[in-house]
Amino acid sequence: MSGHGNNRGQDTTIKKRGEKHYVMLYTRYERFWHWSQALLIFTLFFTGFGLHGTHDLIDFRTAVEIHTYAAIALIVLWIFTTFWNFTTGQWRQYLFKEGVLKVIRFYAYGILVGEPHPYRKGLQRKQNALQSLAYMGFMIFIGPALWASGIVYLFYDLWSSYSWSGNGLTVIAFLHTAAAFLMGIFVIIHIYMTTTGKTPTHYIKTMISGYDSIELTKAEVAYIEETHAVSMKD
Amino acid sequence: MGIRPDQCRLCVSVITVITDMKMLKQLTLVSKASVGACLWALILITTPAVEASDTAPSGTEPVDNNMNFRIVTDSKPSIRDDGESTADHSKFEILMGPFESGPEVTRACISCHTEAGRHFMQSIHWTWEYDHPETEQKLGKKTLINTFCTNAKGNEGMCAQCHAGYGWKDETFDFTNQDNIDCLVCHDRTGAYYKTPNSLGNKACSVMFEGKQPIPWSKVAQSVGKPGRENCGACHFYGGGGDGVKHGDLDSSLKRPSHDLDVHMDAEGLNFACTTCHVTRQHLWAGSRYNVMAHDTEGVGLPGERRDVATCESCHSNAPHSYNELLGSKLNGHVDRIACQTCHIPTIARGGVATKTEWDWRTAGKTRNGEGFKEKHYTQGNGEHRATYKSIKGSFKYGENLVPHYDWFDGQMIYTTIESQFDPANGPVEINGFQGSHNDGKSRIWPFKRMLTVQPYDKGNNTLVYMHLWGDDDDAYWGNYDFGRAIKVGMAKNDIPYSGEFDFVETYSFWPITHMVAPKENAMDCADCHSRKGRLNQLEGFYMPGRDSFHWLDILGYIALGGALLGVLLHGLLRKLFSNKIQQKDAS
Ligand code: HEM
Repeated sequence: MSGHGNNRGQDTTIKKRGEKHYVMLYTRYERFWHWSQALLIFTLFFTGFGLHGTHDLIDFRTAVEIHTYAAIALIVLWIFTTFWNFTTGQWRQYLFKEGVLKVIRFYAYGILVGEPHPYRKGLQRKQNALQSLAYMGFMIFIGPALWASGIVYLFYDLWSSYSWSGNGLTVIAFLHTAAAFLMGIFVIIHIYMTTTGKTPTHYIKTMISGYDSIELTKAEVAYIEETHAVSMKD
Repeated sequence: MGIRPDQCRLCVSVITVITDMKMLKQLTLVSKASVGACLWALILITTPAVEASDTAPSGTEPVDNNMNFRIVTDSKPSIRDDGESTADHSKFEILMGPFESGPEVTRACISCHTEAGRHFMQSIHWTWEYDHPETEQKLGKKTLINTFCTNAKGNEGMCAQCHAGYGWKDETFDFTNQDNIDCLVCHDRTGAYYKTPNSLGNKACSVMFEGKQPIPWSKVAQSVGKPGRENCGACHFYGGGGDGVKHGDLDSSLKRPSHDLDVHMDAEGLNFACTTCHVTRQHLWAGSRYNVMAHDTEGVGLPGERRDVATCESCHSNAPHSYNELLGSKLNGHVDRIACQTCHIPTIARGGVATKTEWDWRTAGKTRNGEGFKEKHYTQGNGEHRATYKSIKGSFKYGENLVPHYDWFDGQMIYTTIESQFDPANGPVEINGFQGSHNDGKSRIWPFKRMLTVQPYDKGNNTLVYMHLWGDDDDAYWGNYDFGRAIKVGMAKNDIPYSGEFDFVETYSFWPITHMVAPKENAMDCADCHSRKGRLNQLEGFYMPGRDSFHWLDILGYIALGGALLGVLLHGLLRKLFSNKIQQKDAS
């Protein structure tokens, strides 16, 4: 699965790749997916902890209704996105990359003293090593923990007649709540990280417009000019 | 930030709290508050408490010694429209009379309805006995002790005015004589029929017979029909010694209820008679309180099939809400654990008639000028004043719009009978305790009216007692106000061993609630139960979303969320600080 050259070695010697160009990094679907997912997760977090009794800003009944519809929407979105990830090959973005420690060191120290980011975004390298790891964790752990426990929770009525259903509900609610806390932590850190770009809103703007200015090799520029496979603004 | 001290304290104590639940709760609050300091403000839950009592100012009134407990001002019958009968009883010669007494009318009835007497004699309305098939207890009004006037046994002269028979005043009553059946109490449709005690009581009670119009026997006999609500209500609305006293969901307001009070009996709407649900077969009625069908898993049958139960499900099915909506599906999912009544009867005693909630026999027996008296210091919704003290009974408390008591119930009531021994130190004795739990697979959460009484018991034997209350002799409590004698005689009369010493014990009785079904828009809301301070707060042992949380998980979770927020805030702050420094350096 590995062996994709451009995933390797970038961190040790930062190759001068070429000129910066303003290219479409996040396609329309990707942005749609990202923002609708964000909205749904906010909604689920808010309604979930509302019905959990953490806050009183929404009544139980409305919270359950919105939570249920939002959960169904999120699951549908994830199914589509999984499909999209595999058909477009974008799933490779999430594979493990070397240099995680470097990135961690950067955020813990380098960023404060003005060091450059140890990772260069590339056309096919949208995420740094830490990001990939975090998103992978999100996709194989927090996400599934939530949807799996959530679906079982949602369909409580299908298994409520079993003698273990009482304990079962406790376990499921526990897992779901625990995963929801993890999701909350993920979201807080994730949002904070978006402010660490050139300007605090740079990454957010990128995720809205889809365009970012990245270094392209000559070959990449030639490929784009020839095929128009990626939209480039300059 | 204000968050650090909280957090430090928390971190240090987290290890010690795992075992201390009380502390856990406090910690949950503290840690939540610390997150709130960063992100959101916590608003405390404020559930409005249900106000029930409304007490008239006490003052001096003329001594009121009327002991009548069924004052029916509206004596007109309710409308029961079953269409025209195939028989017009006013055309039957045998019913022309003249009649001198009830049994004479009964003889006339039975001459045509040849099997009715035999059928009726099997009914609990006649036998006042019930042999419980599962607990094997011998139940029924004939022997049981309740938490109101305590025992009908020995006081039949008074209490059996709610027996569907004529003349039961003592052991000599003939339960095999069909002439003794009172057909009219159930079948009179004029409203002119009434019953009085079967024997004279003391002077104090003689008013019960005064001022009554004689019963127009022939007219009543010619106007018989299927029972209206007031026929059943003549006894069942007045259980416990007065309007609404006993049940809380049965009182005279159900004679002509509004839609808001009861959707089924709504006089201008569905106008159900009692027997619409309490279906009848050969004078046996569905819907036993001694052996409750607390969970009907069969639901509706084909037309004409299901005529054996009085459950909600027998008409509304086991999935009464619409599966086309999320809410409906969710509610249908509740049917296995929550009785329909729990949500659909949000409060009881809603019709302007109060129900008794507490009764203290200890204060009974006070006199003024040598006479018993009443104090009416409670004014109920319909404006009537209710007795808060009666010399013959003690002091009472009332409630209206009462939130019921909720518990798991599998339909089995376990009675404390005259034979049961209890330990008075163990708190209130449950006169009719019940079975049920969240994990027995058959119980559901039911609403109950719970009554708290302080009543006499045998201090030596730790049993309840029979009191001799009614009679025109010197031993009757309702006359001499002497507990010692009334108990001694009451016990001796029924051959029950008595230690000779009595005291008072607290008792609870429970009345499953099933009437006064509110319109669906007034049914309970999810959050009435699914909240930290909801109605089902006292039920333990199972997880309920919105009510429960996982103490230490929540603490850890809130700390982690707070920590993450704090972390990124600190990181941001540092970035800002350093970038200022770098800029300064660059500038200099
Ligand atoms: C992805 C699919 C999800 C499904 C199918 C789902 C489903 C559910 C269900 C059925 C409940 C119980 C509601 C009830 O009582 O009827 C619930 C509760 C809850 N959900 Fe979700 N949910 C999902 C995602 C999320 C997410 C993303 C979050 C937060 C970020 C979240 C947070 C919560 C919380 C905190 C509770 C309260 C748990 C409790 O108090 O028992 N859920 N969810």
